[in-house]
Amino acid sequence: MKKTFTMLAAAAIAATTAAPALADLVVPNLSYRTGPFAAGGIPYADGFNDYFTLLNERDGGIGGEKVVVPECETAYNTEKGVECYEATKGQGALVYNPLSTGITYQLIPKVSADGIPLYTPGYGRTSAANGKIFQWVFNYPANYWDGASVAVKHLLDQNGGNLEGKKIALLYHNSAYGKEPIRTLQELSKKHGFTLSEIPIDSPGQEQKSQWLQVRRDKPDYVLFWGWGVMNSVAVQEAANIRFPMENFIGIWWSGSENDVLPAGDGANGYKALTFNGVGGDYPVYADLKKYVFDAGKASGAGDQSGSVIYSRGMYAAVIISEAIRKAQELAGTPKVNAAQVRDGFEALEITDARLEELGLKGFGQAFAASCGDHGGAGGAMVQQWDAAAKKWNLISGFIEPDHEVLDPLVAEDSAAFAAENNIAERCN
Amino acid sequence: MLYREAGDFKTSYVKDSQTFPIKADRMAYFALLAVAFGVVPFLINDYWANAVFVPFLIYAIAAIGLNILTGYCGQVSLGTGGFMAVGAYAVYKLMTTFPDVPILIHVLLAGGVTAIVGVLFGLPSLRIKGFYLAVATLAAQFFLVWLFNKVPWFYNYSASGQITAPERTMFGIAVTGASTPAWAKYLFCLVILVALAWLARNLTRGMIGRKWMAIRDMDIAAEIIGVNPLTTKLSAFAVSSFFIGVSGALFFAVYLGAAEVGEAFGINKSFLILFMVIIGGLGSMFGSFAGAAFLVLLPVLLKNVLVGGLGWPTDLAAHIELMIVGGLIIVFLILEPHGLAQLWRVAKEKLRLWPFPH
Repeated sequence: MKKTFTMLAAAAIAATTAAPALADLVVPNLSYRTGPFAAGGIPYADGFNDYFTLLNERDGGIGGEKVVVPECETAYNTEKGVECYEATKGQGALVYNPLSTGITYQLIPKVSADGIPLYTPGYGRTSAANGKIFQWVFNYPANYWDGASVAVKHLLDQNGGNLEGKKIALLYHNSAYGKEPIRTLQELSKKHGFTLSEIPIDSPGQEQKSQWLQVRRDKPDYVLFWGWGVMNSVAVQEAANIRFPMENFIGIWWSGSENDVLPAGDGANGYKALTFNGVGGDYPVYADLKKYVFDAGKASGAGDQSGSVIYSRGMYAAVIISEAIRKAQELAGTPKVNAAQVRDGFEALEITDARLEELGLKGFGQAFAASCGDHGGAGGAMVQQWDAAAKKWNLISGFIEPDHEVLDPLVAEDSAAFAAENNIAERCN
Repeated sequence: MLYREAGDFKTSYVKDSQTFPIKADRMAYFALLAVAFGVVPFLINDYWANAVFVPFLIYAIAAIGLNILTGYCGQVSLGTGGFMAVGAYAVYKLMTTFPDVPILIHVLLAGGVTAIVGVLFGLPSLRIKGFYLAVATLAAQFFLVWLFNKVPWFYNYSASGQITAPERTMFGIAVTGASTPAWAKYLFCLVILVALAWLARNLTRGMIGRKWMAIRDMDIAAEIIGVNPLTTKLSAFAVSSFFIGVSGALFFAVYLGAAEVGEAFGINKSFLILFMVIIGGLGSMFGSFAGAAFLVLLPVLLKNVLVGGLGWPTDLAAHIELMIVGGLIIVFLILEPHGLAQLWRVAKEKLRLWPFPH
């Protein structure tokens, strides 16, 4: 045992000497390239890394400061997530983006105590949109409750504005992630008069026969789906097996990548999913990525994910983080910003359509402006549909606004509960 | 030469039956305690506490708990994760219901609650044995996880089903919550571990421990010589579950800070702790520590060496790490089926004779 400790000590010294110089901008990438969720984790991590590589290669970093992205493998596991957080924190981390709702819940108290911003686009704790309570957490441009509301709005559109008497099933990953939309959907079912049934799938969800048997028996009109990793492709395959009409099967943005639908072949044709960012490789930024990153052999991972749905989302997260750092540099008047200044940058961040066009991402995401109280952004999302013949996701709607009338009281209620549990006073008043 | 018993005379029964009869062992033990209490708390930082020491201490408690049940009493259990969840949810409900009570009392009460639940699920052990009991405890694992997922009262009706540990103090110093200093976390777990390990060691060499071992070795013979299987087996379940409940409570409240039952206390946790006990050595206190150290520290060490030291890609390192740990488990079990504790015992035997083995 003693020997283990000495070896460990030696290893830790080796690890700390390998850490980057503190002068650089450090943005850790808590990724997962192994385990049942790697199908989503790999493209996301690649997109995230590649965009920062592009900034370093093309622009010499952000404001002249190079960005260093130390990667740490979490395997979507909360214990490893804690270890990664502690390991990278000491290197001067400016912001965390763990791509896991479970790890996010764990990090929220930690980052608040340590003073490091946590950015969770499209995942994490929904009520963190309330900046009055969650000073260090940002989850714009959209969150799960927005997603649930957008999905219901899309269904309203399809049914002439009336869902009275319809049956909607929510098929979800039995974890904090999958349970997030339940409260919103319950409220919405009261408002619009549809019946909601909740069908949990235990992680990792490789076995879903009994759940789909239940779907077959209950015959819901629509199935909403909160899945991730290997569970997505299994669900699409099972839906195809029981000949569930695919256009009535709608996934959240984490359940709508190429990896999820390709295994089911033609059976997946017509499957719909939400997305809060543009998909496909037609944006001008991809030309730069090709020139500076892919052709230069500096791509992250295997370099084969460019333009895929989750890759673009990882890139989107990197875009927002880099813009927030840029804003922080502007506010602080120095390119060498610290974590607290980056937080101010996140809070003052405004993404306009013009700015997106400058970045080579015209129409890629929704314009939004954060403020002290609003860490959640506009919350709009688009609906995309899978074309199995062309092997391509097509956007079939523009940005649909969520139902703020229902969501705002829920956010206020949940964040007030958090504030009461942790004795947090409201800010921004 | 240095490690020997020659000349170390015992003049009383108490001295003869002490835990460490050899002087060098005793000195090493006290030196280790002195370092653990006197040196480490001053040097520890967040990384060392959260990635190395605190998980090791907590898993050691769990491994001791399972070792009492499986190693000493011979009842195989696959419900460890579920019992840890009971401890975690019990401490969460207690912490949020009675915020002013010191956290140590909550942790011990959570252990008590787990002991009751453990006895309940231990009842079938009176009728079924071996693999069948393992299956029955497996049912406990799945039932408990399902229960904590299903009934919102356990997680105070939070939207996501997550439980989050609020800040609670001991002598005015935060022990749970995000602003806990690293040394406080470490010392809190260390004190509990030392106290429980001391308790376990003395239980197992006293009358109750001998009864457990009698049941383990041959239950019919034990019954004939007057060991009551009902009380013996249930007491093993109770004590073991108490330890596991305490470790679950610490795991959630002190180490993770937020937990979700399926992920933190799933079947994988049951297997992990069972492997710790098997690799460390069934029926050995030292084995519990060695097994916990092996399975907690080795992955962290490998990761630091491969990614931090050699600069390998994280995915490659993660895969290699799985292979190395798996390979080492197989190697150890082939070389020494009785676990690391037996290796240690053999090493000590050789050391006693060294350098004149004949």
